[in-house]
Amino acid sequence: MTKKTVAFLLPALLTGAAFAQTKTEFTAYDQKVPGSEISFKMVPIKAGEFMIGSPASEKNRSADEGPRKKVAVEAFWMGATEVTFEAYDFYADPDKETNLPDGMTRPSPPYIDLTLGMGKAGGFPANSMSQYGALMYCKWLYKKTGVFYRLPTEAEWEYACRAGSTTAYPYGEDTSKLSQYAWFAGNSESKYHKVGELKPNAWGLYDMLGNVAEWTLDQYDADYLAKMDAKSPWNKPTAKNPRTIKGGHYADPAGRLRSAARLKSDMDWNRRDPQIPRSYWWNADSPFIGFRLVRPVKQPSAEEVEKFFEEIVDQYKGSR
Amino acid sequence: MQNEKNEKFHEGRRDFMKQGTLLAGGMLAAPILSHANYFSGAADVIKVALIGCGGRGSGAAVQALRTKQNVQLVAMADAFRDRLDDAYKNIKEGVEGNESRVNVPESNKFVGFDGYKQAIALADVVILTTPPGFRPIHFEEAIKQGKHVFMEKPVATDPAGIARVLATAEQAKAKKLNVVVGLQRRYQNSYRELFKRVQDGAIGDILSMQVYWNQGALWVKPRKPEYTEMEYQMRNWYYFNWLCGDHIVEQHIHNIDVGNWFKGALPVSAVGMGGRSWRNGKEYGEIFDHHYVEYRYADGVVMNSQCRHWKDSTSRVDEELVGTKGRVMCDRAVILDHKGNTIYKFDKKNENNPYQTEHDELFEAIAKGEYKFEDAKRGAETTLSAIIGRMATYSGQTIPWEKALESNINLQPAKYAFDAPPPIIPGADGLYSYAKPGTLKYFS
Repeated sequence: MTKKTVAFLLPALLTGAAFAQTKTEFTAYDQKVPGSEISFKMVPIKAGEFMIGSPASEKNRSADEGPRKKVAVEAFWMGATEVTFEAYDFYADPDKETNLPDGMTRPSPPYIDLTLGMGKAGGFPANSMSQYGALMYCKWLYKKTGVFYRLPTEAEWEYACRAGSTTAYPYGEDTSKLSQYAWFAGNSESKYHKVGELKPNAWGLYDMLGNVAEWTLDQYDADYLAKMDAKSPWNKPTAKNPRTIKGGHYADPAGRLRSAARLKSDMDWNRRDPQIPRSYWWNADSPFIGFRLVRPVKQPSAEEVEKFFEEIVDQYKGSR
Repeated sequence: MQNEKNEKFHEGRRDFMKQGTLLAGGMLAAPILSHANYFSGAADVIKVALIGCGGRGSGAAVQALRTKQNVQLVAMADAFRDRLDDAYKNIKEGVEGNESRVNVPESNKFVGFDGYKQAIALADVVILTTPPGFRPIHFEEAIKQGKHVFMEKPVATDPAGIARVLATAEQAKAKKLNVVVGLQRRYQNSYRELFKRVQDGAIGDILSMQVYWNQGALWVKPRKPEYTEMEYQMRNWYYFNWLCGDHIVEQHIHNIDVGNWFKGALPVSAVGMGGRSWRNGKEYGEIFDHHYVEYRYADGVVMNSQCRHWKDSTSRVDEELVGTKGRVMCDRAVILDHKGNTIYKFDKKNENNPYQTEHDELFEAIAKGEYKFEDAKRGAETTLSAIIGRMATYSGQTIPWEKALESNINLQPAKYAFDAPPPIIPGADGLYSYAKPGTLKYFS
């Protein structure tokens, strides 16, 4: 791809004017997983501006959380919860999804059960997938529904998590309240929990902090905030890794669950995969990672979607 | 010329191996190589042959090539050309910057059932990673040719294979050839630390053991019209006992091995139950999808072993050993007292990658001319422990370990060829017959 096309494609995917599917009302809705009894809730996140990052004075802050910067984000729907095991497994399991769209592949069965006994049925989050595995789910959903779902950009994720707040946590500064909103080292008993059991943030999003940490669409760069565009920023991947992960997880201390905290994906999370080629789909050692979907209100055209899948998903097969 | 030097190095090693004498502690009397010029020229090359070019074989080859020693992959063998070619490509990518260590000319790529012999001849160290049914004959050939060995578990699928591996293990010992078996928990920091503490009495005497490999479904390879029955079974090998041994042997062996290791003993008998709850289709060959086995040791201690491939069910891959003073939870890497207090917790930050460590330790020993690893015997003993579990669930009978070994039961085909019949053939409906407990009897 030429640089020119990329420049055109970027805004189109994030803020494009073309519509693949029009949903007239900007309200919450349930998306059925086609062919199954499973559905997941999407909630509207209005366009707006916010300060991304954390002030130098914030406790437990890392250097990569600054400098703070005002950025504008377009409107999108976001999953009220992390993608559940049932919803993901419906795509992954050939006995459930018997109608795989042409040209699609599905996750190979992992060599060991990567839920590690923490729970599956009944609304536990899907976990341990590579970023590629998360993006392929988006591609599958698009092929099945015609709706373009993707991972949130880092900026979209933090905007939605903060829900208008400027404090360390969406509800304020007080870590003693964290247990009401998030599963983390202080209350999780070293495992993830069913999604949506704790309090949501002001915009109706559950488990943004803690439980499983969430893949974003951005390549990780420690200095990204200094370079970030002011409008619809996206650090478009230029390699298979690393990627930015947000939200902290069930084994993290409170300080790692702040809205501004960023996690860099680590190749070591798959070092115990004994096979070559290493699984494109799974990390052997990151049971604390999952993902959540977004749907941009301004849907890209079919051509733009195909380009996105070519450039971001197929080109970096096995991104993690 | 490099080859000439390699040849000399090789000759020198062989002569040395013949004359080498063991010091106390299992070390050879003198190093093969002069350390002064180690890593300084082609003479220090350790040549590796890969026998069995699947995902695990490719992984093992890359791990060997990532060790500190000057290791080169010089030969590859597989039953299938496509598998070999994929592996060659994947290994080249997998060594990330060490492509020069992959040195396998076309003439050193061997396809078919018999290629292993030629590949073994070209190497100092052999990696055996075919389906386990072939392990006994490949291991025998490697030791016969005087090579060090890394071989994956299990080391056989039937008692006859075990007998063969035990006999070969004696040969390996006599020739002082290092043999590492891929029961990698033995090379994993957390397990080594837990083992040390259990040895030192942290949980007192072991009273009972629970071992688990409960997970979802595995891969299935579809049949293609051009396949002979033999080729189909070779490609979809997991579901045929002569090749795989059933998942209790192929996978759950890891956990059974931990029981044997920590107990410092082998079970004397096994009794249990198992079957095919959901895996009934023709694509699933003849193996069960669950086994529950009660292993009994000479002192009366019982190890309860469970393994299953059930989707959407509670999963657990773990070992839990209960003693007079406390218990070990291996996966969590903790030791607890009987009130639930933590006596010891391994810091998982110190966990290693055991798959890499196996090779690091093996190749270091080989480079130093040390004889340190004789895993084959215990690998065979623990494989037979898993096999008597399968025999118990298949037959419904109590299976004594010794009696199973003496039975010499052999699941292998009379002839290894793509046009030869495998030992089990599907019925007219495409389904394979499988064991019926109470009907199947191993001993009169």
